[in-house]
Amino acid sequence: MNEQLINIESPPEADHSVLKKTGLTLFSIGMLFFLISFSSVTDFSPVLFFILAILLPCVGALIFFFAQLKGTLPGVRKNGIQFLSATNRGMLGWVTAVFLTGMYILIYWFPELLENLIRIFDPLSYTLNGNPANQWFLYGTLYTLAVLVMGVRMIIQNRHNKYQIIRTFSVMFFQLILAYLIPMFIQNGFYFTYFWPLKPEYLFPSSYSYLVSSGGLGMFMFFWAAMMIFIATPVLTYFYGKRWYCSWVCGCGAMAETLGDPYRQNSDKSLTSWKIERWMVHSVLVIITVITAMLWIDNVNENFILGEFVHSANKWYAFFIGAMFAGVIGVGFYPLMGSRVWCRFGCPMAAILGIFQKYFSRFRITVNGGQCISCGNCSTFCEMGIDVKSYAQRGQNVIRSSCVGCGVCSEVCPRGVLRLENGPVKGRYELNKEYLR
Amino acid sequence: MPENIVIIGNGITGITAARHIRKRSNSNIFVISSESKFFYSRTALMYVYMGHEKFEDIKPYEDHFWEKNRIELLFENANGIDTIKKQVNFASGNILNYDKLIIAAGSISNKFGWKGQDLHGVQGLYSLQDLDLLEKNSRNIKRAVIIGGGLIGIELAEMLKSRNIEVTMFVREKSYWNSILPAEESEMINRHIREHHIDLRLDTELDQIKGDESQRVKSIITKTGEEIECQLVGLTVGVRPNIDIIRNTDIETNRGILVNEFLETNIENVYAAGDCAEFRTAFPNRKNIEQVWYTGRMHAEAIAETVCGIRTAYDPGIWFNSAKFLDIEYQVYGLVNMKVEGEKNLYWECHKGNKSIRIVYTDECVIGFNLMGIRYRQEVCEKWIREKFRIEKVLENLGEANFDPEFFSQYENELVQKFNSQHPGKNILMKRKRKLFNSLFNNSVQ
Repeated sequence: MNEQLINIESPPEADHSVLKKTGLTLFSIGMLFFLISFSSVTDFSPVLFFILAILLPCVGALIFFFAQLKGTLPGVRKNGIQFLSATNRGMLGWVTAVFLTGMYILIYWFPELLENLIRIFDPLSYTLNGNPANQWFLYGTLYTLAVLVMGVRMIIQNRHNKYQIIRTFSVMFFQLILAYLIPMFIQNGFYFTYFWPLKPEYLFPSSYSYLVSSGGLGMFMFFWAAMMIFIATPVLTYFYGKRWYCSWVCGCGAMAETLGDPYRQNSDKSLTSWKIERWMVHSVLVIITVITAMLWIDNVNENFILGEFVHSANKWYAFFIGAMFAGVIGVGFYPLMGSRVWCRFGCPMAAILGIFQKYFSRFRITVNGGQCISCGNCSTFCEMGIDVKSYAQRGQNVIRSSCVGCGVCSEVCPRGVLRLENGPVKGRYELNKEYLR
Repeated sequence: MPENIVIIGNGITGITAARHIRKRSNSNIFVISSESKFFYSRTALMYVYMGHEKFEDIKPYEDHFWEKNRIELLFENANGIDTIKKQVNFASGNILNYDKLIIAAGSISNKFGWKGQDLHGVQGLYSLQDLDLLEKNSRNIKRAVIIGGGLIGIELAEMLKSRNIEVTMFVREKSYWNSILPAEESEMINRHIREHHIDLRLDTELDQIKGDESQRVKSIITKTGEEIECQLVGLTVGVRPNIDIIRNTDIETNRGILVNEFLETNIENVYAAGDCAEFRTAFPNRKNIEQVWYTGRMHAEAIAETVCGIRTAYDPGIWFNSAKFLDIEYQVYGLVNMKVEGEKNLYWECHKGNKSIRIVYTDECVIGFNLMGIRYRQEVCEKWIREKFRIEKVLENLGEANFDPEFFSQYENELVQKFNSQHPGKNILMKRKRKLFNSLFNNSVQ
């Protein structure tokens, strides 16, 4: 039979409970207020509009997610994810992608259009750090709220799996405390969860002089940044693989693992995409390493010929990679290319961690004997686009530089074939010849 | 000139044979299927229906794989074999000559001559065509009845429930799949099926299926006379070898195509493997016909060697299988529920009733493991069985077998405590941590 003949249709919708409808109603009303908040009517009472436009959608979404607790048993529930237009790159997926991308463009380059919306964040901003809100405060707050609300969804959906529960709590904690609240309090825009080269400026000479001149805390932050990338990263990656960072700590990872979870099946699994990925991610790493090195040379040597060029290269990098790729495409394209577009194709930190993971790490995903039935669930739900089954079906441990160790392949496997493990580096690449030849 | 190796069937058996022959020889390899051009994972059909995966996702290899490995896929209906002229005939009128022929045509769904079994809306679930039919048959329906309590039956129930269709499931036996599962595990699955709001009818048999004027199913009647309205009937009462292709040949058959331990038929250069093969002499504790993904793959691995000149007998190894009953994963290693003389069972079940560990052992050694809702390592369990570890030694090291994800509760200690309490005087202490690499590579663990 020609496979085109197979025409799997979307099933009729189930009855939604009253609780679900309540949640959806509150969410929708909240989104209306979000729209209204683009107008100057917010002057009337910023606090009220913050509650109605920002908190109300969150509450509505949370009610909707908690309602699922009542209707479903714990277990892997991916039913219909390939039928729903929101999650199968259908029309709703497009709408979501355009909306997210548009929000990023507005926040990054046209904040003046968001002026009224930003004002409703003033009360919170004054409470946290005594200043009026700006577009970055708006961005940070929305980002953190998205991680928290969708984190709750992730936990509810995976309540049968302790690894996912603990891991999701971890990304929610690091995002809320280390990447949002603490930076707000100390007011200098330094995030303890980001390091060079994901935040390259942390190791630039300019930030060195700024941080060091600003006293003890600044000194600490510079050495924190240096220590994390040069000492903690290799050591932790040796013991646990890159997952200690990418799917447990990192802010980009936090968003991918929470808001991005419904879209993880949209990552491309083909051999071709793997090739593109390797070229792109390593190129970005080389570029930012060269830029950083040149900036230091320029800083030390005043007669450096390329000085001018390096500074403009850095500006271009900040625009194309830092803003366009990491931000706009990184999150905006979730519904189209899966939740890890940036992590997979662009993040230089992921590239470094990946090199360690591939050559100097105890981490691997172990394949259990000859039990793989090639069902493809592991590959389908791999957000990094790794064709996991191609390893499992030949009895080969999965050791890929891109694997962020989210554990979903192991979770969705219906035969208990995959396990994330740390063990001796020696022998981890060997094929399991006893079962599969 | 390279010889022609023709494989009928592109399931796990046919494809595994083709891949392994390609690794060893330069022959021309043809794989014939009238079901789909490309190999797909049969066991994953359910995930396409439930919307977890697209059809594309259940293909184990990307489409360019076949050309690269010079395996020619023929999307043809083979309808006859001439063992004298050594050729395969196709419905299209084409002919293909072979030097060696491997028949891996799989199974077909059983039907037991029920009245109404050919009505519209009555179907089995085995092939891609069945899935397509199910898609049409299950559109806008309210209730389905599934006849048969095996692996396909429970999968079909899960599939239909995912589309909000009410499901009634008839099981002839007194408890679900109790010919394979021990009583406690079988009872656990009974409970679990009902927890998922599937109307499980044990000890119930189908009498006949009734249709309406348009020859579409409208209800079924049980042997006790009860009538249940339904718009779909799933017949999942097992499968039988698909041997249509060798009618009118001198290849010997019984229920399946008869083969020796080398998977050779009575005709030279004709082999059969997978679901459609029947061993003339069964291996100890095995059936003559093995209809499991894993055995099909292992048959093929042996056949590939033989076809390439190294005559190799199929080595069934230590039995293993796995499945997932709705949300409960199942793994079995060795002999479980086989009523081996002198066997004893150590069984633990969690208080929620959805996880269990069973170790079957004799006075000499352990012989089997049965796991529900808990994952165990195949390598470790098989090593203990093969090397005839005593139960005490296994219990001491039981932590090594656990394959559940990190942070999951481990219950091995409770099982050991149970053993100790059943055997006054024994005080076995489990070494707490999972130590895989000791058990695999270090000879000091015995």
